[in-house]
Parts: sequence; structure tokens; C-alpha cells
Amino acid sequence: MNLRLLSPYEHRTSPIHRLPAAAKLAFLGAVVCTVVLVPLGAGMIYAVCAAALVTIAALSRVPARHLAWRLLLLEPFVLGVAALSLLQPGGGAVFAAMLVRSTLCLFAMVLLASTTRFTDLLAALWRLHVPALLVTSLALMYRYLSLLVDETGRLQRARRSRTFEGGRAFAWRSSAAVAAHLFVRTSERAERIYDAMCARGWRT
Amino acid sequence: MHIPDGFLDGKTAVATGALAAAGLGIALWSVRRTFPPRRVPLIGLAAAFVFAAQMLNFPVTGGTSGHLIGAVLAAVLLGPSAAVVVLSSVLILQCFLFADGGLTALGANVFNLALVTSTVGYGVYALVRRVAGDGLRARLLATGFAAWCSTVAASVACASELASSGTALWRVAFPAMAAVHMVIGLGEAAITTLVVAAVAGVRPELVREAPLAARAPRYVAVAVYGLLVALGLVLFVAPVASGWPDGLAKVAATLGFEAHASVPVLPAPLAGYVVPGLGRAVPSTVLAGATGAVVAFGLAWLLAWVLTSRGLSGRTRALETTVAS
Repeated sequence: MNLRLLSPYEHRTSPIHRLPAAAKLAFLGAVVCTVVLVPLGAGMIYAVCAAALVTIAALSRVPARHLAWRLLLLEPFVLGVAALSLLQPGGGAVFAAMLVRSTLCLFAMVLLASTTRFTDLLAALWRLHVPALLVTSLALMYRYLSLLVDETGRLQRARRSRTFEGGRAFAWRSSAAVAAHLFVRTSERAERIYDAMCARGWRT
Repeated sequence: MHIPDGFLDGKTAVATGALAAAGLGIALWSVRRTFPPRRVPLIGLAAAFVFAAQMLNFPVTGGTSGHLIGAVLAAVLLGPSAAVVVLSSVLILQCFLFADGGLTALGANVFNLALVTSTVGYGVYALVRRVAGDGLRARLLATGFAAWCSTVAASVACASELASSGTALWRVAFPAMAAVHMVIGLGEAAITTLVVAAVAGVRPELVREAPLAARAPRYVAVAVYGLLVALGLVLFVAPVASGWPDGLAKVAATLGFEAHASVPVLPAPLAGYVVPGLGRAVPSTVLAGATGAVVAFGLAWLLAWVLTSRGLSGRTRALETTVAS
């Protein structure tokens, strides 16, 4: 699996893509905070934020279909949490307001994800003096994510090609065995990576 | 259980953010102090592993399937401090790369799904092991029960944050979240136990080594995390709970209707987290919780017993060799 499949538009070169990652993070973070902090009835502020986000989306030339698809993918989680607010007096209005509010925030975060490379975000975090151990862990995680997802696929394919499909208990045990072997391989890979890092002059 | 943006108010977001930052800071400090340098890259890779392992499907019934959450798995295999860093990394990446879990709710999500899960999970694990002993069976029993407890604890923390933000009523959110996650926790317990048993079958030193290395500082870390989690619970549950008695006074009038409305929504065995026939009061909630805990403990014990008894572990090993080759 290529990471570009996960975020296919972060490598484009629109004016929005060329902005520094820290600026985008600050601006979209400010939009999210504004939307979250203003009272539920402030329709004007929501409209202004929505207009700003739509303008950024248009300038970034990320296909609207991609953005809509990402939003729809995450909307069920929002609906699930919002449903809890239905079970109180006057819940319908709260539910609708919550939905608008969190969809706007989701839109802002999806825009950030599809216009900013994750490595640029990490560099921004590094400059903001986020602890080195955390940034290193995030960088390693991002680097090896697609590799381990592929490895999971290979382990599952190896298992499927060598065993008959049993019942549900078998499926659970074999999935657990795949996870366990994935962990064993991960820890072995981590040791090799440490050796390689040392060979290139890395020190803790 | 990822909270999206817009469901937490300012004070809750700031408070959980501060707690999460403090907890993550302590975890990073503790990892830097106690982790051998050789194993530091493992933290980043373990985060990628948790992410990849969450994609494995565990069929439940008729097309639906569950997946691993992985907090207790990480805590058992790497220790609680490393587990906090691993799960925080997963949550940060999910927030920025997939917009899964909100930016303003990132603190709350790190608090619930990294700090509470790892601390409660590892605390229960250490406690059960202290009572039950050091053998593989005791370890698996401790793992399974810890996985259930950590899932339920995270859901309660999540419900209390939603309630303190005024998004949902505590008396609706708490039973709904707790009841659903008491069931989900059973699945998490089974998966975690199976994975730890399989790791112990292939590389026993990976399971044995982790809890024994650097034992003394871990207890200090557990105590500090416990304090942080307790502080969080006091901050969020206490103001909500103080409004509880007047909620109870209105139980007869309001909740009589409320319960009818909410019962069909909840696919829970103990109908809305309340034992039928006992009335909806604090004792019955406690009783329902205790019943769930006993069921989870029984399941963990049964799994540990089955997985370590001779005939089945032979078959599991045969399966593992097929997967490995």
C-alpha cells in the first residue's frame, strides 16, 4: 500500500499547498476553536467560517468529490456521539446545532490533511519544541505504517493459502496469531532499524 | 470512542488538554529514563503495529466484526509508559492524517484512550498478577480482565466529559456508554488474551521480559498516572455527580418515560445498565457494574485456562507454525 492512497492530494502545488504548514495549522486550528467556542445559536459566525473554508477548498484545487467522500466517511462517528444529545429535553435543536458545528470542524481538519504533508506538520511540531521522543515516534510510525499494513496483508494471505477456513473460533485464533506474529516481526524490525540508525550516526 | 470536534465545551477541552499534556509528558520522561536505547525505535513501530493490527477483522455475528483497540496489549508487551506514548502517537496521527477525532478534543481523546486505558489496564494487570502469581495462566487471566476494565473505564471517562460539556445528560450518557462498552470490552478481552497467548507461544521472552525489566520505577509511574486519572475523574465526575441527587429525586416522574425511550436503543444484556426489578438507583448501577465485572473475569479465567491447557495449546501452536512459515 502506498501512503499516497491514503492522502492522494497532499502533494499537489496549489497556492494553499505552498503555504507553510505551521500557518495552515494555526489558521485552521483557529477556525476550529472559534466554531467550538461560540454559542450554539451564532449562525452568522458559522456562515463566515463555512465561507472561509469553502474559499480555501476552491483555492486548493482538491476535488470536491474527495473532500465530500472524506466527510461522509467520518460523519457516522459524529452522528453516533450527537445521538446521545437527543435523549434530553430540547435535544432536537442541540442535535442539529452539534451536527453543523462538528461538520464544520471536520471540514477544516479534512482540508488541513489534504493540503499539508504529514512530514511538514512534523517539522512544524519539531520547531514548536514538542518533545523529540514524541516527534521521532510519530515520524517512525508514519514511515512504517504502510509497510506494516502490507505485512499484515501478506501474513493473512499466507494463512489463507495454507489452511482451510474453519468456524468463528478459528477465525479469531488465526487473526490473533497474525497479530502476534506481526508484533514479533515489528520488534525484530525495530532492532534492525536501531542498528541502521546507529550506523548512520544517530545518538539518543 | 474518538470524540469529534464540537462536542466538548471550552473548559472541558482545556482541562482534558492540560491533563493529557501532563500525562504524556510524564510518560515521555519515564520512557526516556527506563527504556533501553535499543528499544526506543520500537515505540514508533509499535504505534504503526497497533494501527495495522486494528485493521484485522474479528467476526462477531452476521456480517458484523470487531477489532482490537490495543491499549492493554501495548501496556502488557511494552509497559504502561511506553503504551501511553504509543497510543498518543496513534491518536495524533489519526487526528491530523485522517481527521478522525477532533483537534480540540485531542486532549480528551489522549486522556481517555491513551492515559486512562493504559493506566487502568496496567494497574489491574499488576494487581491481578500480584494475587494470581507469575505463571502464563495468571498472566493471561490478568491480561483479559485488564482489557475489559480499561475499555469500560475509558467509556466512563468519555461519558463524563460529554456530560460536563452539557452535550448529553450524565444519566443518559453514562449508562449508554458503559453498557455498550461492557459488551465491547468482552471482545477486547478475548482478542488481547489470544494475541498475548500467541506471542507467548512464539517468543515467550517478549511477554516475560517486559514486566520484569525496571520494576521499581514502573510502580512510581503507575502511582503518578493513577493520581492524574483520579484528578481527571474528580474534575469531571464530581460536578456532574453533585447534580445527581436531584436527578434521582425526579426519577419517578422523568426517568419512567426516559427509560422506555432509551431501552430499545441499547443492545445491552442488562437493559440500560440497570438490573430489572431493583429500581433505578445507585446500588443497582453498582450491582450491574459488578455483574459485568464478574462475567468479564469469568471469561478471562476460562480463556486463560483453555489457552494454557495442553490439547488446545498444541493445536494453536500448529496453527502458528502454519502462519509463520
